Amino acid sequence: MDIEAKVKQIVMDKLGVEEAQIVPEANFIEDLRADSLDTVELVMAFEDEFGLTIPDEDQDKLRTVGQAIDYLKGKLG
Amino acid sequence: MYDFLDKVVLITGAARGIGFAIAESFAKAKATVLILDLNQEAIDTAVNRLIDLGGKAAGYMANVTNSKGIEELFARIIQEHGKIDALINNAGVTRDNLMLRMKEEEWDLVLNINLKGAFICSQKVFKHMMKARSGSIINIASVIGIMGNAGQANYAASKGGLIALTKSCAKEFASRNIRVNAVAPGFIETEMTATLSDEIRAEYAKVIPLNQMGSPLDVAKLCMFLASDESTYITGQTIAVDGGLTMH
Repeated sequence: MDIEAKVKQIVMDKLGVEEAQIVPEANFIEDLRADSLDTVELVMAFEDEFGLTIPDEDQDKLRTVGQAIDYLKGKLG
Repeated sequence: MYDFLDKVVLITGAARGIGFAIAESFAKAKATVLILDLNQEAIDTAVNRLIDLGGKAAGYMANVTNSKGIEELFARIIQEHGKIDALINNAGVTRDNLMLRMKEEEWDLVLNINLKGAFICSQKVFKHMMKARSGSIINIASVIGIMGNAGQANYAASKGGLIALTKSCAKEFASRNIRVNAVAPGFIETEMTATLSDEIRAEYAKVIPLNQMGSPLDVAKLCMFLASDESTYITGQTIAVDGGLTMH
């Protein structure tokens, strides 16, 4: 499974949203109704799935699905 | 009465005193009891006593003020035991002194172990309980954290802080089905109070509506209730086990 598909799967699992809602511009908090704890949980799930550490100061860069995918691609690529 | 079969209960500062009494009660109720403490010899003795009772127990030498150490230890515990169903933040010390004489070291030590230790352990366990979408955290506070006490400014501040920490964590963790409560023991018969004279004991008893000191078992029974499914609608509370001393 590629990074994009894995991210989508994690977002679906954690936020309980439909796959159709998970578009690149979808903002986790505003569009996908994540609360602040959800966003921390998402970051932790990304860390577990991709075996990396996302520093606190980078977490603000992961506001949308697309940003998360790009960030992870950058880190892993 | 309670059945904690297949439940993993982690208790800090549990090699002796009230912590051990709590450990003993959970072991008798079939829980897997994990004892955290500072002294390996005391841990081994405590674990062996629980196993002799027919309980399941393991011990870990750890300092609750060591954030990295606790994080690594909890990860190891999750590997070994699969989960942590309940955390009981019981580790605590006293360094009594009058305000005018209290040294900063006495203040720092008590605040570090009693309050920061609970912060660290709660933070690290939350990560795992959050994934499990279930858990119970119990902070052992004290009536001194409610009433204050001359000569115990550091201890009172740490326990009062623990009560406030309890409420904040309860609010923050509630959406993940993790409950956080505090237990505030009053005058309890322990090794610490065993040295008190009969006279002082009688003085204490006079101000307690139920007219006697409590036992560690009284505290343990409340912990079992708060860790069990009998209390699933209770969070953010501080419940005193004090014979009525602090009723309001």
